[in-house]
Amino acid sequence: MSSDQERPFHTTGDVQTETREARTGAGTDNRFNSKLREAFGSSPFILTKFDKFMNWVRGSSMFMLQFGIACCSIEMMHTYAVKHDLDRFGAGVPRASPRQADVIIVPGTIVSKFAPRMKRVYDQMPEPKFVVGMGSCTISGGPFQQGYNVVKGAEEVIPVDIHVPGCPPRPEALVYGVAKLQERIANGESSPVTVKPYELEQFSDLDRDEVVDKLADQIDEDDLVMRYNWADSP
Amino acid sequence: MSKGESLPETTEPTTADDVAALIGDDLLDREEHVNAPGFVIRPDSVQDVLFRLRDEAGYDHLSCVSAQEYEDRYESIYHLKKFDDPTDEVSVVVPAAKDDPVSESAEPVFRTADWHEREAYDLVGIEYDDHPDLRRILLPETWQGHPLGLDYDQDRPQIVPLREHANPLQEDHEDDDGDTMFLNIGPHHPATHGVLHLETVLDGEQVIDVESDIGYLHRCEEQMAQQGTYRYQIMPYPDRWDYISAGLLNEYAYARAAEDLADIDVPEYAQVIRTMGAEMCRIASHMLAVGTFALDVYGDFTAIFMYAIRDREKMQDLLEDLTGQRLMFNYFRLGGVVWDLPEPREEFFEKVRDFLDELPEALEEYHDLISTNEILQVRTVGTGVLPPDVAKSYGATGPVARGSGIDYDLRRDDPYGYYDELDWDVCVEDGCDNYSRLLVRLREVEESAKIIEQCIDLLEDWPEDERTIQSNVPRTLRPEDDKEIYRAVEGAKGELGIYMRADGTDKPARFKIRSPCFSNLQTLPEMSNGEYVPDLIAALGSLDIVLGEVDR
Repeated sequence: MSSDQERPFHTTGDVQTETREARTGAGTDNRFNSKLREAFGSSPFILTKFDKFMNWVRGSSMFMLQFGIACCSIEMMHTYAVKHDLDRFGAGVPRASPRQADVIIVPGTIVSKFAPRMKRVYDQMPEPKFVVGMGSCTISGGPFQQGYNVVKGAEEVIPVDIHVPGCPPRPEALVYGVAKLQERIANGESSPVTVKPYELEQFSDLDRDEVVDKLADQIDEDDLVMRYNWADSP
Repeated sequence: MSKGESLPETTEPTTADDVAALIGDDLLDREEHVNAPGFVIRPDSVQDVLFRLRDEAGYDHLSCVSAQEYEDRYESIYHLKKFDDPTDEVSVVVPAAKDDPVSESAEPVFRTADWHEREAYDLVGIEYDDHPDLRRILLPETWQGHPLGLDYDQDRPQIVPLREHANPLQEDHEDDDGDTMFLNIGPHHPATHGVLHLETVLDGEQVIDVESDIGYLHRCEEQMAQQGTYRYQIMPYPDRWDYISAGLLNEYAYARAAEDLADIDVPEYAQVIRTMGAEMCRIASHMLAVGTFALDVYGDFTAIFMYAIRDREKMQDLLEDLTGQRLMFNYFRLGGVVWDLPEPREEFFEKVRDFLDELPEALEEYHDLISTNEILQVRTVGTGVLPPDVAKSYGATGPVARGSGIDYDLRRDDPYGYYDELDWDVCVEDGCDNYSRLLVRLREVEESAKIIEQCIDLLEDWPEDERTIQSNVPRTLRPEDDKEIYRAVEGAKGELGIYMRADGTDKPARFKIRSPCFSNLQTLPEMSNGEYVPDLIAALGSLDIVLGEVDR
């Protein structure tokens, strides 16, 4: 931790911090508000140093969620396995449980039936958590964007830190995306939380309209539902 | 090719008129599809007719049910074949009224009709009388409207509930004796090979009932194809049906169907390249099947999985040299392939030969680690048993059928491409269990290597001025109105078929994909009911499903 040269993900100067402040305003990003930070809150000098240390630790040892959806998950498996070996960068041991994971790579098309489940898995991950959107489908719906059942990108449901474009992206591209994410984490950066039109809500909280009335006898009042307003989709 | 003489003698060839006589009074009309004669029958006598066709004329394979809506009626087409001779096909066309689309279910005759008819109900809106469990299969149960119907409004809002977080030990999940337990496996679980949801009822550790809940990756492949033009816009999508590197096999399915629909010839040179590319994909696909199967059985992210990925990487490098992409090749064109072999050709041939030379040793390793391993044998021999008659009733094909002793391989039985000029064998095992399916895949890798080697020999000696990679195909294809075709190829998982109906425009009016995994997955309860949970996982692994193709 002593010098800049030893920090693997340190880039030049203050550029990264400036962009963050330009975007999120001055002050800290509350996704990094840890218990430790609160404990050391009274001594600011140690606090900043310790934060940097924690960020470096986070960036250098990330546990990915073992989460396969579609075509991209095949390339994701190749990224984890021999030849590309994501573990070289301290980010390659997939965890089967979301409770143990820091990063979720979303590798594929998200359809209406799956989005509530993905939201649930994301909610189960402990903070701080990060999302890598892999492939065109997680950006916009990709080649399936016009489908009647396809959610137009992962950002409709959960916030995404890094987008890796491609259909599917090569393993090298995913490695680059993950390394970029590590760099941002090590610098204490995170993406702003985007607008998320699709939330899980209780059925009784939905505004009454034609569709809700029609489904009233099929869905319980307190069931969680996700409502898709396809007409407003990008 | 070792065909012909080894084929069992079929009964008297049934002519279209014989079939018509067999259908008798239930026949309303005759049609002519490109692949088979079509018989329009009364919607309330589907079971009678199919029983007669199955038991008296030998059409024992319901390969697909295509449903569609016309301006004036609904229609379900039952594509029937014979396992002994898949070139002997008939299409049974069942019309249904526009205002009240109901026809009789074929489920009592062919078990596979269960899911196919549920899909038709879900996407098109035809209701099937006498169906045991007619509900939505791909879309959420609260979905409004039938998206492949003619008047579907894609912009209407939809509400999807999340119910699976209920406590599985709640009282209402137990039966009267309170002995059973309800267990959710998936939709996000490493052993389900994607986003499959298994609703399992357990008695102790034994599976009493398992029901697959699919549709978590239903990304409207059929709609996408119906929106694309034949010539260029459809070809990228097949790569994404079965995405385990089986892209060229899937492209073959579309290429074959569309070329037969629009009468396009393929130069011989391009056919050899296609055949070689397809078998390369089969090796890559089977490698992943074997690797993840071992992963399921051993629960270990180590040696075998990594070995399989290593060999897949080599194959993907070769495919990248050939096509320019690692996974989504988009290499076939109607009438040929998009470009010739990479230059310098000698280097490409050498690389392929190197791979083929190393393959026997690599397979030896797999056999050491997997098939001769006592632990794996204990887990797989005699578990997940699928008797041949059950497999046939469910329309199982590919390694799943061949592992149950059904000698059925479209590459030999309904030849296309260059397969009938080459020397190779169909691998059949009659153990009917998880182990047999594994062995079939490992042996098929050897056979594919034989095919690739022969293709390489042919390509090496091909005269330079005869290397035509594409025939002359019109820029815009408009097959005649109301021309219908169902064509299948042997994909990595089994019979991958496509039904297309032309309407005189440059886009298909109906594009239906017959996915082998969809039918194969249907056999899961037969294989796992009464077995232990780990055997259920092994059986699922041995089916080698890919959810992109199950859900489409």
